[in-house]
Amino acid sequence: MTGTYLRQFDALEADATPEWLRPVRRSAMDRFAQTGFPGARDEEWRFIPVTTITQAEFAPAPPASGLTRESIAPFIFGHAEWPLLVFVDGRFADDLSSVPELPGGARAVSLAQAIAEGDPTLVQHLGHHAPVDGSGFTALNTAFVRDGGFVHVPDGEELPAPVHLLFVSTGDTEATVVHPRNLIVIGRAARASIVESYVALEPGRRSFTNAVTEVSSGEGAWTEHTRIQRESESAYHVGLTHVDQARGSHYRSFTLAMGGAIARHNLHVRLNAPNIETLMYGLYLTRGDQVVDNHTAIHHDHPDCNSWEVYKGVIGGNSRAVFNGKVFVRPEAQKTDAKQTNRNLLLGDGARIHTKPQLEIFADDVKCTHGATVGRLDDVALFYLRSRGIDEARARTLLTYAFAAEVVEEVALEPVRLELERLVRERLGAEG
Amino acid sequence: MLEIRGLRASAGDNEILRGIDLTVNAGEVHAIMGPNGSGKSTLAQVLAGHPAYEVTGGQVTYLGQDLLEMEPEIRAQAGVFLAFQYPVEIPGVSNAYFLRAAYNEIRRARGLDELDPMDFLDVLEEKLKVVEWGPEIMSRAVNSGFSGGEKKRNEILQMAVLEPKLAVLDETDSGLDIDALRIVASGVNRLRRPDNATIVVTHYQRLLNYIVPDHVHVLSGGRIVKSGGKELALELEARGYDWVEDTAGVA
Repeated sequence: MTGTYLRQFDALEADATPEWLRPVRRSAMDRFAQTGFPGARDEEWRFIPVTTITQAEFAPAPPASGLTRESIAPFIFGHAEWPLLVFVDGRFADDLSSVPELPGGARAVSLAQAIAEGDPTLVQHLGHHAPVDGSGFTALNTAFVRDGGFVHVPDGEELPAPVHLLFVSTGDTEATVVHPRNLIVIGRAARASIVESYVALEPGRRSFTNAVTEVSSGEGAWTEHTRIQRESESAYHVGLTHVDQARGSHYRSFTLAMGGAIARHNLHVRLNAPNIETLMYGLYLTRGDQVVDNHTAIHHDHPDCNSWEVYKGVIGGNSRAVFNGKVFVRPEAQKTDAKQTNRNLLLGDGARIHTKPQLEIFADDVKCTHGATVGRLDDVALFYLRSRGIDEARARTLLTYAFAAEVVEEVALEPVRLELERLVRERLGAEG
Repeated sequence: MLEIRGLRASAGDNEILRGIDLTVNAGEVHAIMGPNGSGKSTLAQVLAGHPAYEVTGGQVTYLGQDLLEMEPEIRAQAGVFLAFQYPVEIPGVSNAYFLRAAYNEIRRARGLDELDPMDFLDVLEEKLKVVEWGPEIMSRAVNSGFSGGEKKRNEILQMAVLEPKLAVLDETDSGLDIDALRIVASGVNRLRRPDNATIVVTHYQRLLNYIVPDHVHVLSGGRIVKSGGKELALELEARGYDWVEDTAGVA
């Protein structure tokens, strides 16, 4: 339904768009008009029914009203003093957000505000990390860029608390689309922890979220980035996180994907200098008829960098999960140490996983390993628990939770880890 | 307490137990000895309800109930405990959580209230002494990264917490150094009471220096071929399993 988006874009262009942003949007839209969406036979998309999303009509989500802090309370965690930016159907909700003054000139504001102000850091970075030629979805997001989170931590500064960017789908109107856009710029030797959540107020509504997050991690910066996708199980979600890392930086990501009828997340990390460390952890929990797809790509372009990736999946019912992990090691990226692991637990007879590690290594002095496993609960472990008096159903839940919790343990920030554990327990029916 | 009559069991097409008869009374310690492949571990696992084995004949009566009809968790709740030869590692579940879950399941089955984590800590503190451990072990994941000796001690700790009526120790001595053996054995001895019984499955006589049995049975080819008092273990040690197999006429 490329035409629908073209008409929506023309309407958007009539809006007040700052001069500097016009060409960014326009060229992205031109790109989208040229390439369109990926098709069903596109190698990168062939395990998910992408045409269900691309051939459906979605209207731009109208502004929502009437949300209270109580209605979004279930999605808020950590401490009250954490900066919280709430977006309702793609628009910043000032009355639901709380952003205290941040030290050292750090900013956590809505992208809309930063766009209106023409924030120089925003102008410098927006659209310069996530390439619009990557997929039609990214081009579309850039063409419709309007709101989302903008976090900037200047050189040498440290955020005192994690910033939570909370995207709430109200489901007030059927078949609507939002294009959240986040920009996270962490300066030289700066430290920050960012949480990005996608949640739904109403289960069962069919909406489409097309999100893009750009991260720029400066020299020697430390960034922890947690992405929680728990949209409605009737919703569609496509997301790209693109990370550019500078020399000596440490970036760690954790991705929890448990929502969406069809959900796709791409995590692309580019290592632009030597001595970089990248940790990518992920967990997907699927059930019913969900299709959840995680694609990751790490580009080792320079020597002496380490990447460590662990994605785990618990796949139940008739659901389907996809994992594709690409590791590119360029000829100059000697002494690369890259490890990738993907482990899957199939719970239902109809559950399926497509897992594909994809290593393209052009340097000779490197350590690169990968492994993928697909299995069911271990009968001996199950018997061990039962032989201690724990009934079979509970033993299964306990082992399933344990399988999932192992990767959640890698989240550095304790309140975030505890929330993730709570979400996983709740989803798997395990008690505390 | 336990009456085994003509018990036969197979793994796949392979018949391993070929008619076991054994009676264990409260307050007794029985040692089951035998060469590798004689079926002694299978007997232990069949008593606990391991799903890998199919019972093809015979009866097992435990406290007047048909044990073979009971699910593994029901057996545990009724007081049967198997100390595993190869305790299972469960990354992601803490020892404290696991033990409390098991303890509460068994309390519930006995009509008692569950204990919250704080009250359970008090129980645990006492039980940790049995295996000469500090509380640090409780925050570690179940058996995960434990040494062989630590795993066996953890089995005895579980046994101490769950207070079984019938404990079956499957080769608990294998892979233990002398200190760990002493700790494990003294733990078992401290848990002996007139109203419970223990079956010690072992290949070597060594453990029986520490846990002194009332009865010793020699298993060979899936049958008990000789029974006697504790002196039988010493005789086996001196003369080897060939001696029993020869005298019993088993190949």
